[in-house]
Amino acid sequence: MILSSLFFYLFSAVAIGAAVMVVGSRNPVHSVLFLILAFFNAAGLFVLLGAEFLAMILVVVYVGAVAVLFLFVVMMLDVDFTELREGFLDYLPIGGMIGVILLVELLAVLAGWVFAPEVAATLPEPTPAIETTSNTAAIGAVLYTRYIYFFQVAGLILLVAMIGAIVLTLRHKANVKRQSIADQVARTPATAIEVRDVESGQGI
Amino acid sequence: MEGLAITLALPEITLAVGAMVLLMVGVFGGERSVSLVTSLSVLLLAIAALMVVFAQTNGLAFNDAFVVDPFARLLKFVTIVGSAVAIVMAGGFARRMGFERFEFPILIVIATLGMMMMISANDLIALYLGLELQSLSLYVIAAINRDSLRSTEAGLKYFVLGALSSGMLLYGASLIYGFSGHTSFAGIAGALEAAGGDVPLGLTFGLVFLIAGLAFKVSAVPFHMWTPDVYEGAPTPVTAFFAAAPKVAAMALFVRAIIEPFSAVTPDWQQVLVFISILSMVLGAFAAIGQRNIKRLMAYSSIGHMGFALVGLAAGTEAGVQGVVVYLIIYMATNLGAFACILAMRRGDGMVEDINELSGLARTNPVLAFVLAMLLFSLAGIPPLAGFFGKFYVFLAAIEVGLYGLAVIGVLASVVGAYYYLRIVKIMYFDKPSEAMSRVPAELGVVVGVSGAFVVLFVIIAGPINSAADLAARSFF
Repeated sequence: MILSSLFFYLFSAVAIGAAVMVVGSRNPVHSVLFLILAFFNAAGLFVLLGAEFLAMILVVVYVGAVAVLFLFVVMMLDVDFTELREGFLDYLPIGGMIGVILLVELLAVLAGWVFAPEVAATLPEPTPAIETTSNTAAIGAVLYTRYIYFFQVAGLILLVAMIGAIVLTLRHKANVKRQSIADQVARTPATAIEVRDVESGQGI
Repeated sequence: MEGLAITLALPEITLAVGAMVLLMVGVFGGERSVSLVTSLSVLLLAIAALMVVFAQTNGLAFNDAFVVDPFARLLKFVTIVGSAVAIVMAGGFARRMGFERFEFPILIVIATLGMMMMISANDLIALYLGLELQSLSLYVIAAINRDSLRSTEAGLKYFVLGALSSGMLLYGASLIYGFSGHTSFAGIAGALEAAGGDVPLGLTFGLVFLIAGLAFKVSAVPFHMWTPDVYEGAPTPVTAFFAAAPKVAAMALFVRAIIEPFSAVTPDWQQVLVFISILSMVLGAFAAIGQRNIKRLMAYSSIGHMGFALVGLAAGTEAGVQGVVVYLIIYMATNLGAFACILAMRRGDGMVEDINELSGLARTNPVLAFVLAMLLFSLAGIPPLAGFFGKFYVFLAAIEVGLYGLAVIGVLASVVGAYYYLRIVKIMYFDKPSEAMSRVPAELGVVVGVSGAFVVLFVIIAGPINSAADLAARSFF
């Protein structure tokens, strides 16, 4: 018990520290790296709660896809972040106020949080007890059976998204130089090299 | 827990697998395969339509998420026909405008698949996924002419506003799930019956948001603002497609999602629908008057027509649903014909979109002018053309349940609406002729002819259509 508490405080402290650094660090690339650190610690907190599936999804989706995308965007966009940051302190009061309101709301919601006992009875698919089935197994047991239709349609939607992205953005430019491996392999010294006689002191 | 009953979804599975095969054909065939993929898409839709017609089994599949009943079969057939005709009509246009791409017919096939899922949806998740599959395909299709500023603007507007409406719909669905404990329509209906008269406020709230999301998809006022811009900006064959099949599917989804789970709380949604329907009819009638662009005019016309169809749904009875089904069939047939006429309006290279350019069409192209006049008379609801019967059935249903005000306002809006349809007829027949139009391509000629014949001869074929619609409506009652 004491061990899990220790890990809880470790993960929470690092997560909060990383979150502060996301906002505070001068270099935007560092911000994104701190964001990834925050995600990892949040995943650790999920593991402590017994939600190992969510933890893995968080790492795979947020760290693997979203944060890397952020990183690409940050590195590709030529934004002068020091200039953006100039008015940082001017926004501090209003930003702080929004943060405080959010905190109060969260506390208000969590303080009054009670699971309605009758909801569990009306669920069409009761959640199996966590002692008997891990939640990855519980999701796996219904995802490809009961929800196979939804799963497949979701796949089709992603296919449409992919087709759409290609249709709307891919352009076949005529003057793009592409690698042609067959041409490269087919080159022989006879076609690739030209031997010239260079007179001394003249150059070509 | 019932079995999967996968065979019930055979037409959908055929379309999905077929679309992926066509995608492969298109990718490996490159630019040359466009006409091949287009013809194969139409063939694929025809096969799916035959499967829908000849599979006589009704029932539930995928643990009640997917339902096949006479209503679903009839409307699936109608939407498939609408999509296939849209692909046929688009062929020549895309080639001339230089955005011919093999993805276009494939996206229409996938959108049709989404529509069929919407029509068969028997669960909130299935409803949302079907809707999203259809909408995403439509967003891409709207922007398919990506080198045209108007087309990309239309696609972007449609996408942003569509995302907003999806958000509202999801919010409503989550409230409904939270307060009833079920996502399946049967489960929600059961929970409402168990609650008796004591319906939780949150559920009513969710219902209103669900209606708002669905009203957006059928472009009913006050969620109509995207329609004129998207219709005007998108390439004309795309607009023709938007105005036909997706509207039918969205309306069918609307009917099922309201009647099936919420029949126990009829007064709660009836007032909302009456309000939406009145606003749509009135705005559709008045806003169209000032339009000069025929595509914008058709957009307002379609807003108005969705208002008329909602009259039947607002009645909430078997006769009302039957009226909606008949109305949708007539609406689609007439609209496809009207858009085929618009596509046929061409001078040299450019499309003619201004209404005044139509002047004297009766003298330069009397056949096209006559059919277009008939289609417009039908849209205005003048007997004995098809449009009159559509309006007649929905108003009759409204009067039967005592919604007199709604019926009276509807008839008045229909009179106002007749003005702008008749104005086009007047321009075509009585104004000084301008330059003659280019020759009408064969495929458009066929669509115009069939649609015109349907509208004029509706009296003769009304019997079978009515009985089919009656059978469809009986699925709910």
